[in-house]
Amino acid sequence: MMKLTVNGREHAVDAEPDTPLLYVLRDDLGLNGAKFGCGLGQCGACTVIVDGEAVFSCLTPIATLAGRAVTTIEGLGSAQAPGPVQRAFIEEQAAQCGYCIAGMVMRAQALLTRTARPSEQQIRDAMNPNLCRCGTQMRILAAVRRAAGMVPEKAAAR
Amino acid sequence: MSIRPRRVAGIAAVVVIGAALAAYAVAWQPAIAPIEPPARAAFPAADIAGGAELAALGDCAVCHTVPNGPPYAGGRGVPTPFGTVHATNITPDPDTGIGRWSLPAFRRAMRDGVDRAGRNLYPVLPYPHFIHATEADIAAIYAFLMTRRPVQREDRANDLRFPFNARPLLAGWNLLFLRSGEWRPDPVRSPEWNRGAYLVEAIGHCGACHTPHNFLGAEQSGATLAGGEAEGWYAPPLGSAPPASRPWSADQLATYLRTGLEQGHGAAAGPMTAVTRQLATVPEEDVRALAVYIASLMPSPAPFDAANPGAASPGSANPGAAVSSGVHPVIDPEAIFDGACGACHGADAPMTLGGAPSLTLSTAVRAPTARNAVAMILYGLPWREGHTGPYMPAFAGALTDGQIAALADYLRARYTALPPWPDVEAAIQQAKRQGGGT
Repeated sequence: MMKLTVNGREHAVDAEPDTPLLYVLRDDLGLNGAKFGCGLGQCGACTVIVDGEAVFSCLTPIATLAGRAVTTIEGLGSAQAPGPVQRAFIEEQAAQCGYCIAGMVMRAQALLTRTARPSEQQIRDAMNPNLCRCGTQMRILAAVRRAAGMVPEKAAAR
Repeated sequence: MSIRPRRVAGIAAVVVIGAALAAYAVAWQPAIAPIEPPARAAFPAADIAGGAELAALGDCAVCHTVPNGPPYAGGRGVPTPFGTVHATNITPDPDTGIGRWSLPAFRRAMRDGVDRAGRNLYPVLPYPHFIHATEADIAAIYAFLMTRRPVQREDRANDLRFPFNARPLLAGWNLLFLRSGEWRPDPVRSPEWNRGAYLVEAIGHCGACHTPHNFLGAEQSGATLAGGEAEGWYAPPLGSAPPASRPWSADQLATYLRTGLEQGHGAAAGPMTAVTRQLATVPEEDVRALAVYIASLMPSPAPFDAANPGAASPGSANPGAAVSSGVHPVIDPEAIFDGACGACHGADAPMTLGGAPSLTLSTAVRAPTARNAVAMILYGLPWREGHTGPYMPAFAGALTDGQIAALADYLRARYTALPPWPDVEAAIQQAKRQGGGT
């Protein structure tokens, strides 16, 4: 048994220490926001936040998580009461198929928690590890700008 | 940092200042008159094209471009033990670049490290190498740079500690360390070998990173390509035995230099990534020549890892045991490896089948310092927009310092029969100070 702190709640988990956090979130805790994409840290669909940093949960064994705080997209808000970053993604209609979006939101959240007013370049550098295969990157960037309080017109005039 | 290196540096500084004042009186260089920026038509197309290849072989853009910035417009800070030197704008902008530099002014900067106005340049600009370049090649690089798009961008001041911020000191440095003379081919060797030697020594300045430097930042004579460092990364020896468990062939070196990945040794990382990206753009014969020359410097191949049998079979020496650390009560590096690394680096992982080298062969894991291994764990090999190349995710956020240290020790013990690294914690702190930006 090992203790995991997810979205402020402590869970006792019965899993091998090398089990990726993603599997525990989805299979044991029923938190299905983070997605399995590649399992190799190449796509970012599984991105969650650990101690303030965006990480690939598919490559984060639970053995590394003792005493550390995990936040998933379920911890940012709900469908009824979305958090600010989630709301910005909805307002910009950033999702096409939506598979990458939970990871995108978490990566953006980690950036904005660390840097409340990021530059365009900081946004692009931070979002770089996460892939969207539908091609909605422009809307995702617009959503991050909106969440950061950057004026949409200014962004559109780039 | 103990007192001793600082005292040595202090004494050295006094000696050097005295010598430099004398040297400066002797070596003082006047300004060279500015010219009207020449038109593109002034340069033969063949010179411009040849200069483009030489500029790529010489990595001009690597330092003279800030990340995401306009090419050759300068601004990138190059860390040195003496502080940060900012690369200058070498676009032909008349006011902020080299637009008013004549060929003689450019030649003097390249060979003597003195700019058009007569100011000494820092040897971060590898003029101790370029001094050996041919007249024709310097003219070609000049033609290439003078026909780039001019970018108005003021040079950024250097951030160097006293006394190294005093440029006249460099006149003394030059008297001590700058050796002139155009490069001469060795008639006994093949034209390909000679081309490689010229490119390594005069244009590619491989020694700027792969040769150890003395306490005044000059390449140590007698230790050419014996291994050095680059922006905090360990640069393996090319002229003496590299830490590879299998010797490099010229073919493998050519593949590595051109693609940034070689299956028997590893992926280019840190500052070497940019070098391989430049070399992907130059004629294949030139990369081949570099490889032939460098392979000729390496000691003749020993039988595969005869001195080191344990390293031949991954997993043969498997410590596996959980270790204690100050950060967490218990860290289980085997579980970390299996969960974080195994999907790509484990036995029969899809990535290894696709060409990623076994960690048994990895130069980073076999190096005498942990620096490259921990920098790779922290920062990975990032996606490079618009370029193909190896990728590895960064683990800086996912793993704590203690977990990275335990993992590094585990890799060393599991994949080599070499002694444990002495510097894992220090390497982690240093890599974090340096950042993963290169």
